[in-house]
Amino acid sequence: MSASPETLIKDFGKPSFLSTLTLFDWVWAALVVGGAAYVLYRYGAVMSEYEIGTLCGGALLLTGTGWHWKPLRVFSLAVAALSLSAVWLYGSQLASAETSFILRYLLASQSAIMWMSTLFILGTLAYFISLFARSDYAGQLASAFTWSAAAAGLIGLMVRWRESYLIHPDVGYMPLSNLYEVFILFMLVTTLLYLYYEGRYQTRALGPFVMLIIGAALAFLLWFTFERDGHEIQGLVPALKNWWMKIHVPANFVGYGSFALAGMVAIAYLLRERAERVNPQGVFATRLPSLEIMDDLMYKAITLGFGFFMLATVLGALWAAEAWGGYWSWDPKETWALIILLNYAGWLHFRFTKGWRGTPMAWWAIGGLGITTFAFMGVNMFLTGLHSYGGL
Amino acid sequence: MNTATPSAHSRARIWLEFFGSMTLAITLLSALAISSVVGTVLRQNVPYEDYIIKFGPFWFEVYKSLGLYNVYSAGWFLFVLGFLLLSTSLCVFRNTPGFVRDMRDFRLQHSTRSLRAFAQHAEWTVTLGAEALTAPLKNYLHARGFRVRVKPQGAGLLLAGMKGNANRVGYILTHVAVVVICIGALLDGNLPLKLKEWRGEVDLETKPGILISQVPKESRLPMDTPSYRGGVVIPEGASTRELVLQMRDGYFIQELPFEIRVKDFRVEFYDNGLPKSFESDIVLTDPELEQPLEQTISVNHPLVYKGFTIYQSDFRDGGSRLDLRAWPLRGNSGEALSVQGMVGNNHRLDGPDGSLTLELTDFRLHNVRSALPGSGKKFVDIGPSFTFKLRNEKGEALEFENYMLPFDQDGRGFFLSGVRSDENAEFSPSRIPADAQSGVAGFMRFHAALRDPAQRGKAAQRAASEGPPGTRALAGTAGELLERFAAGGFAATQEYIVSQLASAEGARREQLARAYVALLQNSLHALYVNLDLPRATDAARQQQLFEDAVNTLGALPEYAAPFYFELVDFNQVQAAGLQIARTPGKGMVYLGFGMIVIGVFVMFYLPHRRVWLALSEEGGRTQVLLAGATNRDQLGFAREFEGLRDGLKERLQRL
Ligand code: HEM
Repeated sequence: MSASPETLIKDFGKPSFLSTLTLFDWVWAALVVGGAAYVLYRYGAVMSEYEIGTLCGGALLLTGTGWHWKPLRVFSLAVAALSLSAVWLYGSQLASAETSFILRYLLASQSAIMWMSTLFILGTLAYFISLFARSDYAGQLASAFTWSAAAAGLIGLMVRWRESYLIHPDVGYMPLSNLYEVFILFMLVTTLLYLYYEGRYQTRALGPFVMLIIGAALAFLLWFTFERDGHEIQGLVPALKNWWMKIHVPANFVGYGSFALAGMVAIAYLLRERAERVNPQGVFATRLPSLEIMDDLMYKAITLGFGFFMLATVLGALWAAEAWGGYWSWDPKETWALIILLNYAGWLHFRFTKGWRGTPMAWWAIGGLGITTFAFMGVNMFLTGLHSYGGL
Repeated sequence: MNTATPSAHSRARIWLEFFGSMTLAITLLSALAISSVVGTVLRQNVPYEDYIIKFGPFWFEVYKSLGLYNVYSAGWFLFVLGFLLLSTSLCVFRNTPGFVRDMRDFRLQHSTRSLRAFAQHAEWTVTLGAEALTAPLKNYLHARGFRVRVKPQGAGLLLAGMKGNANRVGYILTHVAVVVICIGALLDGNLPLKLKEWRGEVDLETKPGILISQVPKESRLPMDTPSYRGGVVIPEGASTRELVLQMRDGYFIQELPFEIRVKDFRVEFYDNGLPKSFESDIVLTDPELEQPLEQTISVNHPLVYKGFTIYQSDFRDGGSRLDLRAWPLRGNSGEALSVQGMVGNNHRLDGPDGSLTLELTDFRLHNVRSALPGSGKKFVDIGPSFTFKLRNEKGEALEFENYMLPFDQDGRGFFLSGVRSDENAEFSPSRIPADAQSGVAGFMRFHAALRDPAQRGKAAQRAASEGPPGTRALAGTAGELLERFAAGGFAATQEYIVSQLASAEGARREQLARAYVALLQNSLHALYVNLDLPRATDAARQQQLFEDAVNTLGALPEYAAPFYFELVDFNQVQAAGLQIARTPGKGMVYLGFGMIVIGVFVMFYLPHRRVWLALSEEGGRTQVLLAGATNRDQLGFAREFEGLRDGLKERLQRL
């Protein structure tokens, strides 16, 4: 029954990646590329070559990512559909938010973001229940809530983008420019990264830990909104009107998000490591992924973060060169970005070349998260402005 | 001699080991990180006085000697940086040959036994000759991204596959990039300048407030300085050939090889008063250009010319011309003296008590405040203002902020004038009521009349005569009241009245008090009417004007200045703050940027992987051994290897 050599050779080959794609993969890709093409056709005339580049690059990147990470397809379609309907409902004046029921209670950026907050809280509760009550059903709920929270947040940003232009064409900007907006971005990125690994490693037990830091961010966001009116849309100061910013900021937050993820996984690691010694039957020892997996996850998150943070810092330098007249000025924010990189470079070298694993690296990752947090918030709070040379 | 050579050689080896060692590398990375922190918690390059105030003379000196006020160009910091540079270079130097060899070497020397020792391996036996299997298996690895070499081995052969060589390239890119970036940055840094300074060829200008033209030549840097970055403020219409390089507690003057003129400067604001955009039309004149280069630069859109980059960084007042009227508030004269002022200049005035210096410090065309709730708008622009200091002969100064236009408060206009005695305090506002033509003249004339005995007299007579019959005799008292009021406002007048009432008591006292107040009111009104100032249209408004004026007069003695400065007209001159940088190393730094980003991602995501298929045939049956190894992401590889294994397994079973 032995086949002819040729067929045998063919049989030992490998079906090409494209042939493994489903119909939905293709439909979805067609929608993404088609959407981008439509935008080009409709607005290409008024777009700068940078913007055209971003659009095309973005579309291809999204397609590729969606093919690799399937849930992204539905997610992106949902976000696109709802954001567009919000834009459509708004029409040409902001006041529509008062009259249209759907905008007012669902899709206007503020409403969407409040939905995001609610869903995050529900998600967090569900994750904790699923971990401690060992309930898979709660786990599925948790994922569902968290996915929807991410969608709501992203819709919130998209609609806010439109709203800024409705306020006044001169005011309009991509909403990645002030503390309020980047906090939402941070929550989105961290959540999506987590959800990616949740699917990849088929475990929801890390959810509670990641949700802790999301919750902290959320608490700040709400305080910032209600105490400081942080959500008010104000036009950008000239320095912020720069194309590099549009990649710099997202890249930065992929970095922050990954480092946050690594830090929280590190905590889980330490808990399990201890639990295995103290009570091997406990939740931590039994429900959390194996130490090996968490160690690997830590490494993966930190490499991803390092890569993107490197990219972000470089873009930041290019931007600074155009806005401030020098690619490097040792201003606190820049310097702390460098410190983050140096810190994780140390981490990577230790792990890679000295073969360190486990507990010490987990502690280091937690320390790294501390440094990252300071670079993200502390610098703005303590090191700039008038009182910035206190503390020594 | 021939014994020394090997030992010297091995010594070099030891040094290489040491400098290239990972432990050192990590120590340096941390050292650099920690020392970078210093420069962020201690604000860099602020005036030395601030540091002295903060740390006191002793610690100030200590920190100064440690170079903490500009850490990033401090010797020890550069030393750490250089060290890391050396270590990285050596590291690359040491690892590269090995890696390159690695990239070529398919490890064909492995035997079935050694392969069995691998963590990742699997075995099968199939009823097919090694010959027949070779092509399919080769294709199997090929299709999965491996480059394959085949070598006969004993009674069979060995297929060795390898992929992810790029990973090694990534390593080289990343680490060479670190070196490239540092060298580029070094080219752009001010190390050469520091050396010149150290050799005493140049020295820092630290005298404050001298004109650029007066800076001595030992503080001037020649045009051919390879790299620098400095700022300059150019008023509209003016031009410069020099740049100011701030450094420590002073500055150098850098001569430019061209002249920059700011033809025009424009700024736009959002409703909330924040700048929306600002830009300058600049003209660059260079002997080497046949005609001058004209371009508009704005934030994020610099002009690049021959390795120089000219940036719009900020803006300020460039010496606006202010047409002022100084209304005296003391003494008898009521005539305003007019002052032609210029922001940034000082002007002398003779006040009632000695001469004064008027230092005009700033002019602002727009002052945006958040609007009153009712108004429907969110913000209002309350118009131009100017700030100035009044310095007396003793050198004591007060700072003022006066507005050009009356500020509307429920239909009544007031000119705001804020006063403060120290820079960090808020301005405490005083209000001058606008007259019927919304100017200050009306009030000022009223005030002058009050200060003038003759007019006071007339007013007193009139008030007395027009009053009820009983009051005819009171002209004297009325005069007295006016005089007190003129001298000391409400406070003094009240004091006077109280003293007059000493004898009276009870109800009568009440009555008298009211009579005095009424008399003062009438006299003031008479004084006011005598001036017959332009009147408001309706009586109520007119009355309001009068009362506001009186209330202000009553409080005016507290106003700290002997003059009120009215801004009559202005001619705004703005100045563009430019940054000019010469950065020969920029290209190199950007190259390094590109290398490091690509390198890092390649290193992370294109792991280097090896697989082997060992075939040993006996009696028509072939034993197939699959083994694999990688240099990173063991878990990931384990998963990939499972894929390889199962795929192969089920194909082999089908045979
Ligand atoms: C600022 C300086 C440096 C940066 C940003 C940097 C960056 C990196 C990164 C991102 C990796 C990949 C780690 C991993 O894949 O887990 C790496 C690997 C490595 N680095 Fe560095 N590094 C620096 C300095 C050094 C120095 C000074 C040395 C030598 C003493 C060194 C030796 C190595 C080695 C041997 C590897 C492993 C390469 C391989 O086998 O793939 N690095 N470096």
